[in-house]
Amino acid sequence: MADQTLKKPLLSVTAEKYQTLIKQYTPKPTIIKNVVRAFIVGGIICSIGQIFINLFSSFGLARVEASTAATATMIFLGALLTGLGVYDEIGKFGGAGSIVPVTGFANSIVAPAMEFKREGYVMGVGAKLFTVAGPVLVYGIATSIVVGFVYFLLH
Amino acid sequence: MFEMIVPAFIVGGIICMIGQLLMDLTKPTFTPAHVLVSFVSGGAILGALGIYEPLVKIGGAGASIPLSGFGYSLAKGAMEAVEKRGILGAFSGGVEATAVGIAAAIFFGYLISVAFKPKG
Repeated sequence: MADQTLKKPLLSVTAEKYQTLIKQYTPKPTIIKNVVRAFIVGGIICSIGQIFINLFSSFGLARVEASTAATATMIFLGALLTGLGVYDEIGKFGGAGSIVPVTGFANSIVAPAMEFKREGYVMGVGAKLFTVAGPVLVYGIATSIVVGFVYFLLH
Repeated sequence: MFEMIVPAFIVGGIICMIGQLLMDLTKPTFTPAHVLVSFVSGGAILGALGIYEPLVKIGGAGASIPLSGFGYSLAKGAMEAVEKRGILGAFSGGVEATAVGIAAAIFFGYLISVAFKPKG
């Protein structure tokens, strides 16, 4: 009934042509790019951690102690760079490369705490420090207790 | 001063790649928080099975700086403490071994959060 009154389409595009056109305009899968970036950024952060381990070892600390000190230093740097707004930029480029190292853990502590400062120093900063650190400690410590318990039973 | 840098880069890079794949292939269920939680627990389990220790030997900071290294330290601490103190060690060992990291994260995290304002 109404078909005679329909306007002719402005673009003469067939169904097949349309498919090739969308392919052209859909963004390419970014997984490979993301993975390469994560490798580079994660690798660089861990290399910096290694430099601190080497530095603390040269001060005469034992290997485990030097590693612990390096971890604490990296946590400080991650927190500081988050405060300065630099870590967000690293995160935009590095993805998981900036999330998985302890600097990313420090970032997950500082970012929400800073954001919620207006809610006060107890329920704002104090509570929001643990937005992500809380779950990490819950699951990490719980897993270690289970591991210790199983180890106890087996020995 | 520059020994172990290349192994740290490679091992650390690969661990972070796994995190990225986990996020990209499970979009949008896996948030950064999920990645951190699974890496800590995963590292603890791999540590308990004796799989993570060689990675730390080979990769140094490449294995200890990622959060899986934190999980490994937790598990290693718990097992070592069980040797010394029995069942109480299962509860004390993990936190004891990682006390510096946990305290540093809380202390520095608090100081920086108070001292700086969020951008934008």
